[in-house]
Amino acid sequence: MSSEEKTLTARDLRVEFGLPGGRVARAVDGVDLDVAPGEIVALAGESGCGKTTLARTLLGLERATGGTVAFDGVPLRYSTRALKAYRRQVQLVLQDPTGALNPRHTVYDAVAEGLRIHKIHDDEPGRVAEALSRAGLRPPEQFFLAYPHELSGGQRQRVVIAGALVLQPSLLVADEPVASLDASVRGEILSLLLRLKEEQGLGALVITHDLGLAWSIADRIAIMYLGRIVEQGPVEQVLTAPRHPYTRALVSVLPAAPAVKAAVAEPIVLAGELPDASKIPGGCRFRPRCQEVASGNAAAVLHQCSGEDLHVLGPEAEPHLVACHLDRALHGDAKMAA
Amino acid sequence: MLLEFKDLRVTYRGSRGRLPAVRGVDLAVDAGETLGIAGESGCGKSTLAMAVLRLLPKSAEVSGEILLDGEDLLQMGWGRLRAVRWTGASIVFQGAMHSLNAVQRIGRQIAEPILVHEAKTTPAAAARRAEALLERVGLPASRARSYPHELSGGQRQRVMIAMALACDPDLVIADEATTALDVMVQAQVLQLIAELVTERGVGLMMISHDLSVLSAVCDRAAVMYAGRIVEQGPAGEVFANARHPYSAALSAAFPVIGDPAARMSPGGLAGDPPDPVRLPEGCSFRPRCAVAVERCGAESPELLAVPVRGSAGVADAARVSACFVAQEGMPVVL
Repeated sequence: MSSEEKTLTARDLRVEFGLPGGRVARAVDGVDLDVAPGEIVALAGESGCGKTTLARTLLGLERATGGTVAFDGVPLRYSTRALKAYRRQVQLVLQDPTGALNPRHTVYDAVAEGLRIHKIHDDEPGRVAEALSRAGLRPPEQFFLAYPHELSGGQRQRVVIAGALVLQPSLLVADEPVASLDASVRGEILSLLLRLKEEQGLGALVITHDLGLAWSIADRIAIMYLGRIVEQGPVEQVLTAPRHPYTRALVSVLPAAPAVKAAVAEPIVLAGELPDASKIPGGCRFRPRCQEVASGNAAAVLHQCSGEDLHVLGPEAEPHLVACHLDRALHGDAKMAA
Repeated sequence: MLLEFKDLRVTYRGSRGRLPAVRGVDLAVDAGETLGIAGESGCGKSTLAMAVLRLLPKSAEVSGEILLDGEDLLQMGWGRLRAVRWTGASIVFQGAMHSLNAVQRIGRQIAEPILVHEAKTTPAAAARRAEALLERVGLPASRARSYPHELSGGQRQRVMIAMALACDPDLVIADEATTALDVMVQAQVLQLIAELVTERGVGLMMISHDLSVLSAVCDRAAVMYAGRIVEQGPAGEVFANARHPYSAALSAAFPVIGDPAARMSPGGLAGDPPDPVRLPEGCSFRPRCAVAVERCGAESPELLAVPVRGSAGVADAARVSACFVAQEGMPVVL
């Protein structure tokens, strides 16, 4: 898998932050992940689960304290020059298009900025026009001289995406690309990401708290809890037949089709909130909030839940992987699949 | 009827001229009933909420009636209005961080409206009530001594709910009260709201851009577009089987997980809501509508009872829609 061309890979990635008082927050605590061109991977989890830190580390904005990030088989290097070259291939799309665009720059300038940073001077207008039209702003010349305030929310986010596309990257990392957009505009941007994948083979890692978004556009999904991926696999499997108790709870509180409701009958509202990343519970990190532990269903494996940390899930696209002692007891050893 | 809007109109005077934000809304909420109001930014849903407690800026011109227990809020004197705020109706806003006083302990903030509105209550009794309220919303009583920054977003939203309930109001308005929260925390807060509504028999007007949230909590839902209500009916029905193309697009924006039709096909709607200063002729939704017919460009549709699936073309009085296509019994999605 990892040798595949233009694939972004993370292996046993760890990011720790020192806190006052000598405590250490383990924001990313062992993650394996692959994102290949031509696929959309959703990384889902609650605020504080480490998903944004993971994305920043994949982009080289944050240094890993352990493990590796590699692109196209080459480990990421952090010299200014190496990072610049890397970011031509892997581009970031930010959450809030109004904040990401300078109100005094025209659309043309906003999109051309990346070309200027990378000193690509040949045919600038042609490249800007092409990026705008790939982002669905057509005819592109009509938008050149527009200012952000003259555009709709959906158009502004398209300009931000065009700014990423102008360098012809192989992958996008999009952090909550539609969270700040109005309901009806969401679809417009998600359709664009889907079309870029289908027609142009662009891959994307979409970071989101919204499982519905994953259902709309992603091929694979990774569910993150407290610095780890706890369940990972094809979207159809993970979301319609979730196996990790945390994923089951997340899916249970969302509107779902009858088939899914059959798998996850009652809404499971977990008590409490995500613990602090400096106080990750020993054993299974989800144990203190786990509904299976609370109900006694996990009694047979409870000694493992409280004493044994789970393996880091592998990055394989298939099969469906779950970091849960109970699931392992029920479905056989997950390591066999890895 | 606990709360009734009669032909409510709100117009803001601004530098660009007169900006109609609410253009004739009739709505009612009964005691113990939950009504959801859905729509995008700028559709007028928050203006509607603010109008109830007369929290609108001076630039707003308001006409029509807002009856709370039969009494017109718009005609009330300031003294009476002050008495009605908190005790008659209270409001939970979206950004709890901005609504709470950052330098005052939580307990004191919850006790404040009790002390203001109940002259006979002693500070010690008010503090005890504040602690009981905190426990009711699922926080330890010891949290009364905390400051807002010591709480998480979900906990702060619980404090806001405790505060809204402090003076036992008959009506609670929740304006995007769970919007900024994570899925699981949102589920916790929604569950709490639903429990409190049943337990205390308050009327709830819940405003959200997310129809799926409303369908989970509310009995009825009304969808607003460009300052008007375009559809109203039982919340689950409006979400699952919209009878206005705009509600259909809003529903599709939040896909049902496991629905094969929504897989790899994000729903949505191109374009933006119309500029209130330059509303289109005819139906204000027409420029974004996929099923518009000729009549939609000429006349503005009224909110009328519409036939629903399985009713054999007979209009159902519980379902109203301001769409000519739906009124003819035709499908509103392509």
